[in-house]
Amino acid sequence: MQKLLLGNAAVARGAYEAGVTVVSSYPGTPSTEITENIVSYPEIYAEWAPNEKVAAEVAIGASIAGARAMSCMKHVGMNVMADPMFTVSYIGVNGGLVFCVADDPGMHSSQNEQDSRHYAQASKIPMLEPSDSQECKEFTKLAYSLSEEFDTPFIIRLSTRVSHSQSMVKLQERESYNLKDYEKNIGKNVMMPANAVKRHIEVEKRTAKLIEYAETCPLNIEEINEGKIGVITSGISYMYAKEALGDKVSYLKLGLAWPMPEEKIKAFAKKFDKVYVIEELDPVIENHCKALGVKVIGKDVFTLLGEYTPAMIKEQVLGEGVPEFTALEEQIPVRPPVMCAGCPHRGTFYVLKKLGLVVSGDIGCYTLGAVAPLASVDTTICMGASVSAALGMAKARGDEWSKKLVSVIGDSTFMHSGITGLIDIVYNKGINTVIILDNSITGMTGHQENPTTGKTIRGEATKQVDLLALCKAVGVNRVRIADPFDVKTFEAVVKEETQAEEPSVIIAQRPCALLKTVKYSGHCTITENCKKCKMCMKLGCPAISADGDGVKIDLNQCNGCGLCVNVCPFDAIKKED
Amino acid sequence: MTKNIMIVGVGGQGTLLASRILGNTVINEGYDVKVSEVHGMSQRGGSVVTYVKYGDKVYSPIIDRGEADIILAFENLEAYRSLPFLKKGGKIIINNQEMNPMPVITGVAKYPENITDKIADMADATVVDAVTLAKQAGNIKSVNVVLIGVMAKSTDIAYEKWIKTIKETVPEKFVDVNIKAFDLGYNL
Repeated sequence: MQKLLLGNAAVARGAYEAGVTVVSSYPGTPSTEITENIVSYPEIYAEWAPNEKVAAEVAIGASIAGARAMSCMKHVGMNVMADPMFTVSYIGVNGGLVFCVADDPGMHSSQNEQDSRHYAQASKIPMLEPSDSQECKEFTKLAYSLSEEFDTPFIIRLSTRVSHSQSMVKLQERESYNLKDYEKNIGKNVMMPANAVKRHIEVEKRTAKLIEYAETCPLNIEEINEGKIGVITSGISYMYAKEALGDKVSYLKLGLAWPMPEEKIKAFAKKFDKVYVIEELDPVIENHCKALGVKVIGKDVFTLLGEYTPAMIKEQVLGEGVPEFTALEEQIPVRPPVMCAGCPHRGTFYVLKKLGLVVSGDIGCYTLGAVAPLASVDTTICMGASVSAALGMAKARGDEWSKKLVSVIGDSTFMHSGITGLIDIVYNKGINTVIILDNSITGMTGHQENPTTGKTIRGEATKQVDLLALCKAVGVNRVRIADPFDVKTFEAVVKEETQAEEPSVIIAQRPCALLKTVKYSGHCTITENCKKCKMCMKLGCPAISADGDGVKIDLNQCNGCGLCVNVCPFDAIKKED
Repeated sequence: MTKNIMIVGVGGQGTLLASRILGNTVINEGYDVKVSEVHGMSQRGGSVVTYVKYGDKVYSPIIDRGEADIILAFENLEAYRSLPFLKKGGKIIINNQEMNPMPVITGVAKYPENITDKIADMADATVVDAVTLAKQAGNIKSVNVVLIGVMAKSTDIAYEKWIKTIKETVPEKFVDVNIKAFDLGYNL
């Protein structure tokens, strides 16, 4: 049976067919749908962990206990889980273990454009790189048998266009997989210096064997055509090259992205006058070739930045121009993402902007609080940094200055790595104010449950982390819950808490407007009382726009949340059914 | 020969469902197909672009400038923005709706005037009031399926095949509304 599947869904299918029974992940675009699709297989235990490090450790534990296990993350999530990854490389596996990482060239939904292939080399964990959905499934299955054969975790590296493209996949039955026996093995599983020294020797032996395997690995495919040009490539770049260059060049496609073969590359390169390496982001294959003394053309003609396209490859390799197209003379306004109509964060940022506070921001929909007209957020670094970086700012400029400073962090992000920063504030006598934007869900990645929502990944009821009690437990005396749509009260609460001489937390509580349980109704309209002050336009609501010198509300977009009614100083906006 | 179809719109307009119906329909015709979507941040009211490519064998999932045989545009400004991607002689179907992007709302940019006329001067354009038709079908959210209906008419895939995939793709309680929406577009 064949089915049109997202690359991510195909990875999930591969895990299912390979007999995987434990999957733990933290959501992150473009990796999220792998784990969401795992949920459709009742045979597999699936969970959202609080962060990628925890998720990877759950998968590692499952592998040690004898199960085939998986953990999935976006590229920056791999930074968070790198600690256990580097050490489980030494431990190896009992049941097969696979980490899936999805890179985001072009940064469709990310804060940086790092190339995760470096992690394979750095942690000495072999990496496979599929280029379409069928390969996503096949490579995932193969990764499990190789993982057990070579006693190593494997990494599957995806990128946005592989993860989020649908293509045909041949479905197969699930393999029966019996848990491997669990045996106590201190030398292998307890990584203290004396044991790790010995395991490092095994890792180097393993790498040598894997390099040998790379010479004959069925995923490293040569495709010889007429012509004097050879192309070495992998992943999605192979598809771009193939579309652009067709049968005019020959290919060496490296499905095993690390370690790479040596003899195979040398032998391939010898056959051609010119060899191009086509790879998005960093020159990983290129540097490997150059270290082997193989002359290749790579980043001297191809960019280090963003996504590639077939057109740019055609232009560089064949010197052919792009097809004729209609160029526009008129300047077209951009359409950046915005907070939705009814978004609870809008109320928070309206107040923070009005008070002129410095806002230490974080990762989530609320990063959009940096965009005009709210333009409230000052910094965004990584998950959790809003809290800890604000402590650093306060320590640099003093307590008085930090009374004009707040951190904003979502409920899921706070669980991920905000709580440790808050502990730092309490422990090291900061007086910071942290606003937890509690919208009852993990919003940006498309509504995943988290420890504060009271539901598991399968929607089952579970113990819910009590944010208020948690903050109090780590030593914050001033913890308050406020509704960001009640702007007057919310403003007063922010003023009070930022002035306090001790740490404080404000839990800004209002659910995401896109949740099915949120039922705003009717819509808001401008009445004749409007004095055209345009205060409502400062909200940056997509439903409100200028109408001559006045204002209009687009009824197709307005969901009647009523925030604009609350900010209008002249009671000129009315809610109608 | 690969056929390239681009679906452009604003995050939240239902472009993903349109691409799924299209993808599943061409698969049933026995073609190789790739559908490339964008998830995550850009879905939050930003410009969204989906590529659907089908043929004997499809390699790259993306469509470049001058390569789209058909563009299905859910909004006027996004239609205009996508025009350089249309192949010479290609066809663009536009849902005649204007949604202001934030730079227009804040007043730093102006929404271009008479977009549909300008596009019609440069390309083979069909302009549809899909919002009205969707309301007529019984659900404003079925704009996407109205547009699929309009597009279906200009492919050589039979009517019944489209209906079959709609039934397979949308939740059961929305099947009737969506078939009605498809018909309104198809019979335009």
